[in-house]
Amino acid sequence: MIVELGHFALILALAVAVIQGTLPMLGAARNHGPWMDVARTAALGQVALVGLSFACLMYAYVVSDFSVLNVVRNSHSLKPMLYKVSGTWGNHEGSMLLWVLILALFGAAVAAWGRNLPPALKARTLAVQAWIAIGFYLFILLTSNPFTRMLPPPADGLGLNPLLQDPGLAFHPPLLYLGYVGFSIVFSFAIAALIEGRVDAAWARWVRPWTLAAWVFLTAGIALGSWWAYYELGWGGWWFWDPVENASFLPWLTGTALLHSAIVVEKRETLKAWTIFLAIVTFGLSLLGTFLVRSGVLTSVHAFATDPTRGVFILLLLVIVLGGSFALFAWRGPQLAGGGLFRPVSREGGLLLNNLILSTAAAAVLLGTLYPLMLEAVGGGKVSVGPPFFNAVFVPLMGPLIIAMAVGPLLPWKRGDLSGALQRLWIAGVAAALAGAWAWTRDMSTLLGLLGMAMAAWLLVGTLVELAGRIQLFRLPLTDSLRRLIGLPRSAIGMTLAHAGLAIAIVGMTGDSVWKQEAIQVMAPGETVTVGRHSYTFEGARDVVGPNYLAIRGTFRVERDGRPVTVLEPERRRYPVERNETTEAAIHPTWLGDLYVTLGDSQGGNGAFVTRIYFNPFILWLWTGVGLMVGGGLVSLADRRFRVGAPAARRTQSASPARPAAAKEVVTS
Amino acid sequence: MTRRVLSAAAVLLVALFLLSGTGHAGGVQPDEILSDPALEARAREIGRELRCLVCQNQSIDESNAELARDMRILVRARLQEGDTDREVLDYVVSRYGDFVRLRPPFQTSTYLLWCGPALILMAGTIAVVVFVRNRARTRDDAARPLTDAERARLAALLRDQPR
Amino acid sequence: MTDLPAATAASSRPDGRASPGLRARLPFLIPLVVLAVVAAYFYVGLGRDPHVVPSVLINQPVPELALAPILGRDRGLTTADLKGEVSLLNVFGSWCVACRVEHPLLMAVAGQDLVPIHGVNWREPTPQAGPAWLARLGDPYTLVGADPDSRAAIALGVSGAPETFVIDRAGVIRYKHTGPITADDWERTLWPIIQKLRAE
Repeated sequence: MIVELGHFALILALAVAVIQGTLPMLGAARNHGPWMDVARTAALGQVALVGLSFACLMYAYVVSDFSVLNVVRNSHSLKPMLYKVSGTWGNHEGSMLLWVLILALFGAAVAAWGRNLPPALKARTLAVQAWIAIGFYLFILLTSNPFTRMLPPPADGLGLNPLLQDPGLAFHPPLLYLGYVGFSIVFSFAIAALIEGRVDAAWARWVRPWTLAAWVFLTAGIALGSWWAYYELGWGGWWFWDPVENASFLPWLTGTALLHSAIVVEKRETLKAWTIFLAIVTFGLSLLGTFLVRSGVLTSVHAFATDPTRGVFILLLLVIVLGGSFALFAWRGPQLAGGGLFRPVSREGGLLLNNLILSTAAAAVLLGTLYPLMLEAVGGGKVSVGPPFFNAVFVPLMGPLIIAMAVGPLLPWKRGDLSGALQRLWIAGVAAALAGAWAWTRDMSTLLGLLGMAMAAWLLVGTLVELAGRIQLFRLPLTDSLRRLIGLPRSAIGMTLAHAGLAIAIVGMTGDSVWKQEAIQVMAPGETVTVGRHSYTFEGARDVVGPNYLAIRGTFRVERDGRPVTVLEPERRRYPVERNETTEAAIHPTWLGDLYVTLGDSQGGNGAFVTRIYFNPFILWLWTGVGLMVGGGLVSLADRRFRVGAPAARRTQSASPARPAAAKEVVTS
Repeated sequence: MTRRVLSAAAVLLVALFLLSGTGHAGGVQPDEILSDPALEARAREIGRELRCLVCQNQSIDESNAELARDMRILVRARLQEGDTDREVLDYVVSRYGDFVRLRPPFQTSTYLLWCGPALILMAGTIAVVVFVRNRARTRDDAARPLTDAERARLAALLRDQPR
Repeated sequence: MTDLPAATAASSRPDGRASPGLRARLPFLIPLVVLAVVAAYFYVGLGRDPHVVPSVLINQPVPELALAPILGRDRGLTTADLKGEVSLLNVFGSWCVACRVEHPLLMAVAGQDLVPIHGVNWREPTPQAGPAWLARLGDPYTLVGADPDSRAAIALGVSGAPETFVIDRAGVIRYKHTGPITADDWERTLWPIIQKLRAE
């Protein structure tokens, strides 16, 4: 009964979305207030209906209702509650339902908090949001219905892939979707602006918090997935250039570019058409990511043949969304020409370089990801495009980007002084040289370590130089500098945090790629192996019973210079229902590197096991750095200027001008 | 129609079998490792370039699949027999085709792949240069102070912004 | 700020600026054109019947094989054995579910003596496993070689079992079938190829 309620709520949500997609759009065209106001009610109604629908599916999972096909396929009565709940979205149908739920949530957020938006823009944005929703509702109801019954119900379910039974991966998809779908709002704003034919500083300011929010979620989602791979896959890799990863990385690249180009629109009223284009492309890539991963097309064209309905629907939806947007862009885009002078050496020039490199990187990754598919589709043979290709193409692009990242923020708007900026960066240059030299003395076999560490030092110190300049550190008394620091706009602090975070993350990426140490061997109880400066003594393994798995848990005593450091207990779990095994690495993180141990197969029966011991240098810096980037995004999101389109602290009524922040602008920039 | 169903069922069967043999963790086992560290290092490098044929986007170096293990052993045996890295890679490619290489070869079918990023960067750079040059030639209106008439018009515009 | 008033309704342009000319419009058409090309490409590609890419070994001589016999047989399998007449080379293993599916067909072919079938017994967990499997289900193979460490399988570019090669008189691989052979595959593909090769 509850399941049918969920199904019905979803159909109702479709009906509401149709209303939300039409009336407000007509209202905006005819300047008809009540019709435009329908958008708000409809958006809130939609979220209630989809929320109900999602809750019904979750209920079916929680009570293990095996009369529902989806539950049978993806759950089991013995599964821990956390994974029963996360099982709701751990499959194609459920994840699509989560997708529309988040889509409705974002729409409702705009409806509820966007009170200071011009009514026509708001109505059009919500209508576009509803169009996207209609496509997805139809997709779910026609091809991927999670509420399909299975009668008679089987005694128990098939279980959930044990790899997915992990706290990290339970929350990875929702975060990723919050990011993907967050860009839908930016897209809707862009389409609404194209329909209105107006993009200006105010528009950029309304869009920025949504871009920032989506970016924060996407960054966190990607990082969580990467972290999961690091500790779960058992050899300490954290990025594989797998098509599934690339699919989430693509919107991140263009979304990051969008975040920066929107600043140029806001401050200089130029790059408008480009920013709109990026907004469309970013959401398009989010769609592509969701679909290609979920449909399995990326692994092979053959996935289309096994389920042609879904495949054709997906392709059609993508073509309609992107084709429609690009047609509108071709029609209205030329009228968005911005004015004013644009000099290459200026803040906007730096941001343009950022956009050039990030877009090229995104295009290169997209090309590499889709190339095997495209070649196979025309019968050109099968090729594989793997990590060696992506590293060869992507890494060199990042060099100039990072060098420019330290310089750009030091250039003023309109007209910059490059030599002046470089002079201020002398200390960053010294730091880069020192870090590079240090890396070189550690390992002279490769230049990668030297380059990576030098870049990281350059960017980190360069970012701090910019901050020091803003607060006039050492020029004013320290207390005055601190007061200035506190008084800085949140967005400035956010930028400093995010840029410094990237620098710190680069330390982790470089360290782990270049200086990773590894020892693979058979160890009998009592044996000791030394990796780096640590010695690991295997003290044996014992059987452990988990809630829905059986495990062997090994114990390793770790010492350094004869002093105990930690005890590591890696596990090897066997899931009888799913007939699958997972490796649970034991990790002792330190700032110099993680001690990382996994347990392999039993050897010979005298208690000996294959063991893999890794020292992953600086990997903690990677997670810390990404954490800082996310933190920077959140701090920036709290900037007062962005509350114009978001919850307004001081809600003004119709008499106030639409751009209350315009005057303050001059002070903060 | 039955033919399609049958072959689909067969594909499924094969897939089921193949995947069940695929582990996710591990890769190189202790008994595979060569005593000569230089040779072993070369073998690892080659392993990272070769695709595990029964996995999804894993190199044989990372995979637990039995075929991947046998390929690792084969790579090591050939290196011990004195093959160069190139010869080992060429042998495997001669058996499985280019599909097995994670770094696609530079040939007619992949020119677009390898040159694409550089072409995109060039096109983007040209577009940026054209854009900046056009803009650098326009008069710097922003630098000129507003005339009184403009000031009045601006004030009017800001007041009348539609809500 | 020049485009400030150009905003409202697109039809009326209060600033009197001319609508952008074709030259100015062209760059804005690029995304649409690129999308159209990519979409058409995929549409055409997906309309095709997805086919397995033929092995690179087609029209290559069978690689050098010198396989030891399996338990209970005194003769293994070498490359020389695959010359002289048209034959099938079938890669199988007792662990392979799909091999079991095609096994009755191989038995029927062997029973009617249509074509000699040689086997590569791939990667058995124990030396007894393969022979025991054949003893239980029947043995359609003329010659069988054991391939415990995948040397032969890799030399043949095999990625899963079963795979079946059609080999001509000169010992050249002429066709490769991936996955279990169904009755349909046999009638429509393999048998006609064998007859054609015999006529050569």
